[in-house]
Amino acid sequence: MALDDEVGALRRNPLFAKISPSKLKLLAFTSERIDYEEGQDLFHMGDPSDAAYAIIKGSADVLIDTPAGEIKVAQVGKNAFVGEMGIICDVPRTATIRACSHLETLKISKEQFLQLLTEFPEAAIELMRVLGDRLTNTTADLSQARKKIQELEA
Amino acid sequence: MEPNLFKYVWKNTKRDQIWILIIVLLSMPTYFIALVVPKYIINGPVQGLGFEGADATATTFRIAFNVPTWISDAGELVLFSGFEFDRIGTLIILSSAFLLLVCINGYFKFYINLFKGKIGERTLRRLRFELIDRVLRFPSAHFQRVKAPEVASMIKDEVEPLGQFIGDTFVQPVFLGGQAATAMFFILTQSVWLGSIAAFIVIVQAILIPWLRRPLVGLAKIRQLHTRAFAGRIGEIVDGISEIHINDTTNYEKAELSTRLGDIYYIRFALYKKRHFLKFFNEFLSQITPFLFYLIGGYFAITGRLDIGQLVAVIAAYKELPGPVADLIRWDQSRLNVQIKYTSVIEQFATDNMIDPAAQKLTKGAVEPLTGKISVTNLSAIDDTGSKIIERASFEAPVTETIAVVGELNSGAEAICDVLAGIHSPATGQVTISSKSLQDMPESVIGRRIGYIGPRTYYSQASIKDSLLYSLKHASEPPETYKVFGDHDDSLVIREIRASATSELVATTDWVDYEGAGITDQADLTRRIFASTEIAGLADDIYDLGLRGTLDPVKNADCAEKILKARVVLREQLTQLPLSKLVEPFDPKKYNPQQTIAENLLFGTAVGNALATTNLATNPYLREILENTGLRNKLFDIGVKIAETVVELFADLPPGHPFFEQLSFMNAEELPDFSAALARVGTMKADQVNSADLFLFLKLPFSYIEPRHRLNLLDEDFQNQILAARSKFRDNLPEALADSIEFYDPETYNTASDIEANILFGYINYGIAEAPAAVRKAIQKVVSELNLREDIFNVGLNYNVGTGGKRLSIAQQQKLALARVLLKQPDIFIGNNPFASLDQQSRIASIEKLLGLASGKVENHKPFGLVLSVSELELAARFDRVLVFEDGVLVEQGPPDELKQKNGRFARLLEKA
Repeated sequence: MALDDEVGALRRNPLFAKISPSKLKLLAFTSERIDYEEGQDLFHMGDPSDAAYAIIKGSADVLIDTPAGEIKVAQVGKNAFVGEMGIICDVPRTATIRACSHLETLKISKEQFLQLLTEFPEAAIELMRVLGDRLTNTTADLSQARKKIQELEA
Repeated sequence: MEPNLFKYVWKNTKRDQIWILIIVLLSMPTYFIALVVPKYIINGPVQGLGFEGADATATTFRIAFNVPTWISDAGELVLFSGFEFDRIGTLIILSSAFLLLVCINGYFKFYINLFKGKIGERTLRRLRFELIDRVLRFPSAHFQRVKAPEVASMIKDEVEPLGQFIGDTFVQPVFLGGQAATAMFFILTQSVWLGSIAAFIVIVQAILIPWLRRPLVGLAKIRQLHTRAFAGRIGEIVDGISEIHINDTTNYEKAELSTRLGDIYYIRFALYKKRHFLKFFNEFLSQITPFLFYLIGGYFAITGRLDIGQLVAVIAAYKELPGPVADLIRWDQSRLNVQIKYTSVIEQFATDNMIDPAAQKLTKGAVEPLTGKISVTNLSAIDDTGSKIIERASFEAPVTETIAVVGELNSGAEAICDVLAGIHSPATGQVTISSKSLQDMPESVIGRRIGYIGPRTYYSQASIKDSLLYSLKHASEPPETYKVFGDHDDSLVIREIRASATSELVATTDWVDYEGAGITDQADLTRRIFASTEIAGLADDIYDLGLRGTLDPVKNADCAEKILKARVVLREQLTQLPLSKLVEPFDPKKYNPQQTIAENLLFGTAVGNALATTNLATNPYLREILENTGLRNKLFDIGVKIAETVVELFADLPPGHPFFEQLSFMNAEELPDFSAALARVGTMKADQVNSADLFLFLKLPFSYIEPRHRLNLLDEDFQNQILAARSKFRDNLPEALADSIEFYDPETYNTASDIEANILFGYINYGIAEAPAAVRKAIQKVVSELNLREDIFNVGLNYNVGTGGKRLSIAQQQKLALARVLLKQPDIFIGNNPFASLDQQSRIASIEKLLGLASGKVENHKPFGLVLSVSELELAARFDRVLVFEDGVLVEQGPPDELKQKNGRFARLLEKA
């Protein structure tokens, strides 16, 4: 796949939607293309965070290690962006990402990504929105879970 | 060592000095005759003296002595009646005699100088060897005070002038003194008065000059100390270069060195001033004499107390005097110089508590193993500053026991290990092993029966194999033949070695102590090397180094053949999934998209700079190929496209922006040049632009890789063109470039690439997750299938560890240290924090491994006693015995279970941990 296709894929990601095509091209040009086969890990929970991945093609499972074994918590697909939490907050990976089909990604290094955020406030705001959404969902899940626990305890 | 240079030289070169003196004396008569013969030629045949009359003949070479008449009636004794010749004949014969004498004199001079040089160099060799021997016998504490470059500069540079002086030490003063005395004597016989004046001036010179020169001695010594310290500082800078960079102290260091250079300059300048004043003064004194001769001699002549002939003879004789006297003074000067150097060097090499030479005696064969007990009684040790690090420690344990030494930093736990290994000498008290005092134990026992690893092991520059075998190189036999510079007979080489009292052994013979280490033969040694590196965890590292190492396919034909076989086997696998997706093999008939355009063009590994990617655009041969194949225009277009993209993407980024790091085609500074060139070139084609622009753009495509840069620039047409150019390039390669490239050839070993690349013979695809690891695994598999592992391991063994082992990682260095101690199969293994630079997990694993080895649980390895400073206390509990140190005091000792029950220090420490 050529650079221009990657730019197209990036544009369809809400995070990058407002960034000019030429800047996206620069981002794609300076990033590394990595393809995965089904079952290969992009990264593993607990690994140091060094990059984020834009999924261009295929889908991947989000897995969490628990004492009871691995649990699949979500699935991400085309145009998704994964691994950004770790590099923004500078914490180890909070989940494992595993390809569940042939997967094509663009690996954006931590430095590049942070640079992008400082240069394009639009991207930063978009990112906040994405994270906010995620937090809302998580809070809803949490309150539901609490309710369940209370019911069980009662 | 002998503090007086003269005595040292005399002691070691007595016979040679006497011999050379005799030769000098023997050379005197011919020298004298050669001076006289010209007079005879002029007076005799040339001026006709003694040839009165046309056919007159004269007698030459008549040898006769005047003797009293009771021996011979004629009043002379004729030994040889001489030859009769006419005038021309005499001229020819005398001239030939002169030529002969010149030759003889020349030969004498040649012989004398050569001989002097020989004894000088021989003594220098002896002296240096003695100094090195002393360094090897320094007590270990001494090394905390000396700097390596200072010692090196003393042995190498400071004694160097001695070599030139030693030959002259005795000959020169005798010879010159003799000459001067003769001249003096002649003057005295001619005129007592004038003789006395000359003698007086010479005596004044002899007294005054040395007196004036005394400050020079001091200065010369100061200069020597300063230059030595300077060498020491340079050594420190080299050793601590990274500290200098990380602390931004280059300017500080420069200032410091600059001051030192200044000091040296001023010292040298002061020396020059004094020296040249002396020279002036000396010359003045020498000129005073003729002045007095003219004045007083003239006065005597006028008043008639001296006839004119005598005056002329005296002045002529005096002319002979300054030469030898000046030479004598020069000799004295260098004597002084050399003596200072010698004493100041000797001082540095005379230290107390030198190791007894008997302890280092060459011992062949196995030494008795250490058995019985280690017993330490009332042991105290002090460090460099004199403070106590161990206080009155006593314990006793069988040598076969495993002993953990526990304690905080500087508690004495590390120090006791060093004392037991004989590295640190006890201040008071006794250490005995096998009822023999450790201090009286020769190094042949300590070095062979005790294995020791400290926190840091030093490696000399050598291969891994030699570094491993270092622990076994105890003794050897003299070699069958000596290999020395130039061609010399063995008997002469040995004679020379004996004359300078250096070692008759050479380092290139087999030094391995097979018997001592229980090794049967070479094959067993190879097995043992493999086993010990395997145990130490180094075998995999060596294998990896081997994979990345190169091979000479001529010398290792077998191995190269196996590698080629591996290539074929792997090639087969590369055609099938999953490997077919990961690797693009080299194929002479295919464009390899994973490689750069340059690599595809050359289809080989560039050797040296001529065909390096950055130089391709300007290489005349390649330019010609590009032009003939029409590739030039195409490459130019691609170059322009790349430049356009890059300029478009990067133009508004400020220089220094992190994105530039990802740009491989050019650097940020070149960007404006390219955008200006793009504006100039516009839509022009390659043949329309000037050559500067042409090269500018031609440079870019060479490093282009489609899957990596993804600009979609390579169509099939272009690839075919490249393939055509590839074969053209190879077929017509000029002789001059033959050594600049090693072509990829499926059938032959590529000497410019490493072993791994030779097996793979292709490129790993870009952008596929974990492809390198998967390919490596595949290579690994092929290697073990074809039994290539050992060959590659052997290539790895030849890897050079670099000075101080710097080409190995710290962890590898530590593994190497462990492997080489295991190789020697010691009776006792002593470790002072041996795994300090490993992470905790590997450290624990290593100690557990050692415990297993010590108990004899590991195959192919003899059990041994173990003394180890251990910081992991749970591990310490698994040893036979624990010694607990606190502030230098051995506070607790015994089997760990007992100590736990006793609820003492060890139990408390365990709890805390």
